Amino acid sequence: MNLFTLFTRKLSILFRRNRFRSELDEEMAFHREQAEKDLVASGMAPEQAQVAASRQLGNTTHLREQSHGIIAFRWETVVQDLSFAMRQLRRNPGFGITATLIVALGIASSVSIFAFVDAALIKPLPYKNPNRLVHLYESISLGPRFHLSYPDYQDWKRENKVFSSLEVYEPFGFMMKTADGLRQTDGARVSAGFFRTLGVNPILGRDFYDGEDDPKAARTVLLSYSTWQRRYGGNSKAMGQAVVLDGDTYTVIGVLPREFSFAPAEPADFWAILKPGTCRSCHGLFGVARLKDGVTFAEAFADIKTIAQNLAKQYPDSNRDQAAYMLPLTEVIVGDIQPILLVLLSGAGLLLLIAGVNVANLLLVRVESRKGEIAMRGALGASARRLVTQFITEGMLLAAVGSAIGILVAQESMRALALLIPKDMMASMPYLQGVGLNGHVLLFACTLALLTGILFALTPIVRFRRAEIGEGLSERGRASSGVTWRRFGANLVVIELATATVLLAGAGLLVKSLYRLLHTDIGIEPDHIATVHVQMPPEKYGKPEQKVALVREVVKKVTALPGVKAVGITQKMPIEDADWTSGFVIIGRPDNGQHKEVAIRFVSAGYWTTLKTRLASGRYSTDNEDASKPDVVLLNQTMARLYFPGEDPVGKQLGFSADAKQRMLIVGVINDIQEGQLDSAPRSAMYLPFYQNPFAGFVVLARTAQDDRGLLRALTSSIASVDRGLAIYNPMTMEQKIHDAPSTYLHRSSAWLVGGFAASALLLGVVGLYGVIAYSVSQRTREIGVRMALGAERASVYRLVLTEAGRLIVIGVVAGLALSVGAAVLIRKMLFGVNAWDAPTLGGVAFILALFALLASFLPARRAASVSPAEALRTE
Amino acid sequence: MKKPDLLPGTLDMLILKTLTRAPLHGYGIAQSIKRSSDDVLTVEEGSLYPALQRLLLQGWVKAEWKMTDTNRRARFYTLTSAGRKQLGLEVSQFEQMIAAISRVLSEPA
Repeated sequence: MNLFTLFTRKLSILFRRNRFRSELDEEMAFHREQAEKDLVASGMAPEQAQVAASRQLGNTTHLREQSHGIIAFRWETVVQDLSFAMRQLRRNPGFGITATLIVALGIASSVSIFAFVDAALIKPLPYKNPNRLVHLYESISLGPRFHLSYPDYQDWKRENKVFSSLEVYEPFGFMMKTADGLRQTDGARVSAGFFRTLGVNPILGRDFYDGEDDPKAARTVLLSYSTWQRRYGGNSKAMGQAVVLDGDTYTVIGVLPREFSFAPAEPADFWAILKPGTCRSCHGLFGVARLKDGVTFAEAFADIKTIAQNLAKQYPDSNRDQAAYMLPLTEVIVGDIQPILLVLLSGAGLLLLIAGVNVANLLLVRVESRKGEIAMRGALGASARRLVTQFITEGMLLAAVGSAIGILVAQESMRALALLIPKDMMASMPYLQGVGLNGHVLLFACTLALLTGILFALTPIVRFRRAEIGEGLSERGRASSGVTWRRFGANLVVIELATATVLLAGAGLLVKSLYRLLHTDIGIEPDHIATVHVQMPPEKYGKPEQKVALVREVVKKVTALPGVKAVGITQKMPIEDADWTSGFVIIGRPDNGQHKEVAIRFVSAGYWTTLKTRLASGRYSTDNEDASKPDVVLLNQTMARLYFPGEDPVGKQLGFSADAKQRMLIVGVINDIQEGQLDSAPRSAMYLPFYQNPFAGFVVLARTAQDDRGLLRALTSSIASVDRGLAIYNPMTMEQKIHDAPSTYLHRSSAWLVGGFAASALLLGVVGLYGVIAYSVSQRTREIGVRMALGAERASVYRLVLTEAGRLIVIGVVAGLALSVGAAVLIRKMLFGVNAWDAPTLGGVAFILALFALLASFLPARRAASVSPAEALRTE
Repeated sequence: MKKPDLLPGTLDMLILKTLTRAPLHGYGIAQSIKRSSDDVLTVEEGSLYPALQRLLLQGWVKAEWKMTDTNRRARFYTLTSAGRKQLGLEVSQFEQMIAAISRVLSEPA
């Protein structure tokens, strides 16, 4: 007998199922008749014989089921269970809908967050063996992640023994020459072997060849894929075309792949070849290197540190106190958002936990309330296995439908979340562009759905004992089962409350961090300020006097705009990554071999009034301080305290280096302006007059009495009217800049998202508590009736219910607070100005949760107290 | 409470053996086994009919509706040649097992 014949036989019976059933019935009827006849023949009375024969035949339903089970396919029982489950759920739609929605909520939030985690942290970068790539910096007294200089790069490349290749890159904003004048465009300059180090090959044309960065070789450039599509129409004729960047002619030699991106330099349209520089103290480059096979990160770091130390000894003027710093490339690219994503993933996980516990609780209540029905079905012949399978099917059906809805919602929310990211943040996180339902995410979603299904299937089994089937029909059985379930359900609610506490505490701390971040003292008043970047074409403005004249003209034009109260100029705005630094010496004080370096800014006198900075001592610079007047400089408080402790620096002199002839008189000290990102520590900075050191690129800031956003267009057009050839770009208000700054954005979005999770958790936890208390009250209606009949007052009934609720709330909240402190310690990197054990936040959380929970318990308590004793005693 | 079953797997063998003599309906098979075993073995209906379905599915018996001698319609089961072969197989397996058990039981205490 082979399987195929068996299968076909079963199949044929499947199609003739009705005939099978009627034939079986007829057979059994015949059997019973024969048995009856034989019993009568042996002397029994006819009626007795009939009864005896029936009993002998036994449970016909069971028999039918057994026979049916032999000839049926295995999945037929599953189909039966499914249709029964659906009927049950339809009869009780409230339960079905609630449970499905809760599951959908938990799954949707987890899956959408996981999609981001996968795109950023799990998916590998688009390079060959990205784990072997490292990012190189030079570290100075100001901080560890500063630029390299070209000669340093050449020495590192030549001397090292640990890298198979070492290349450099420089993010650069090119001024591209177009028909309408100069246009600012994003790009980077790279050394010849940069793409080879990453393991990236152009899809069209060729890569830079070794030695193309020789000064005598022609200038060439590679296009990013999107630039090729946008500016050159995806045409292969783009190869060999010329493009003028910053006054130099570059030839297009290739196009990079579509998936390629290099986050630290993005957005980048043009990747131009970097020509060598000879200035050892001019730092503008970052390094990327590939570890040799078998070399560890630690070994390489030690090697490169030694090389930098040797250079410091060899070139004390330029390299003193400059060390090497190295990080894995993956950490540089995704390091900033890694903690946030993990926090969000944990938050979503906790919410899923609460959702699961909530639905499990609901399922338990259902099992309890159907104990009578179960007992009946058991008495009629259903096997225990069949009954349990039925509950399992119901649970899995709920899990399946809830998960399916959850996944669909997740898809939408993924799209929505991606849209919420501001465009330039998205440009610097290019790996997030592919967020969607890909393989990893679907696998994760299906695993979650499966786990949910298992949880829901196991929950009824846990409470399901065969002995209790009989008990279920008796009163005693129901009462005792109520007590045991109450204890079990109560434990689940405690878990829910504790988890909700943790989420609320996390959200509270993040919100407080955000508040602190936005209210740090940044040293300026950022309201009503419009800003725009300007770049002069170098051919027209070669001499410093020409630059000064242009800038003065621009200031005059902008000041004349209606509503403008003050105009300032700077070469670099605050609240940016402070990369412009300069060494200096204090005239008249010995160096002690210590290389001093601070951030440096070149500003006009109007800068101070526009930003409304605060002067600590001395005076501000004035506008007529240009090349004809003596050089002056202002320090910020941090620099004054660090280098002139306990004394007033005004009147002392600084120089750029010991041999430089230029002397600058310190005329004032200002309160710190936040030059770096909002959450970075204060840095020393010095401020020189712009007109004594004009630059071709500068920023115009204008304070207006009217709306700052409305001024932006007038600002741009008035500057353009001075000279059409100027490149004018990135108009934004100061408040926009702060609001959209990456650190602000990340803090804000995490606060919002975790807040959303916390609110959902609060809702679910409170609803869960309500369910437990309400059920407990309904189970104890009789007991309460007896109490009241014996003379108990309503107040005592309230006390009875609320004590039970209160006990659960206290245990849950206290446990939750303890866990919160632990969790907060884990996220302390994301907290700004807030302790992990911040008492007011934790206290507030406990209060809110307790308040809502007590409210939720109040309703059932009131119902209990309004029970009439007579009715209660009658209730079954 | 259910009555204790026959040794699992032996029911099929007994049914097949009963049918070697003549085709019978379900009730008749049960009575025959009871009689032949001197009332020791009682086949419960709850096991008989599922077993018959199983034998039908495997093709060891075939069934058809016929009239009994009292003019009642009943389903008669007949042994097929495949069933005869299966019976031989099961009997020899059963005898091997019995012999083995006897050997164990006859060991000196």
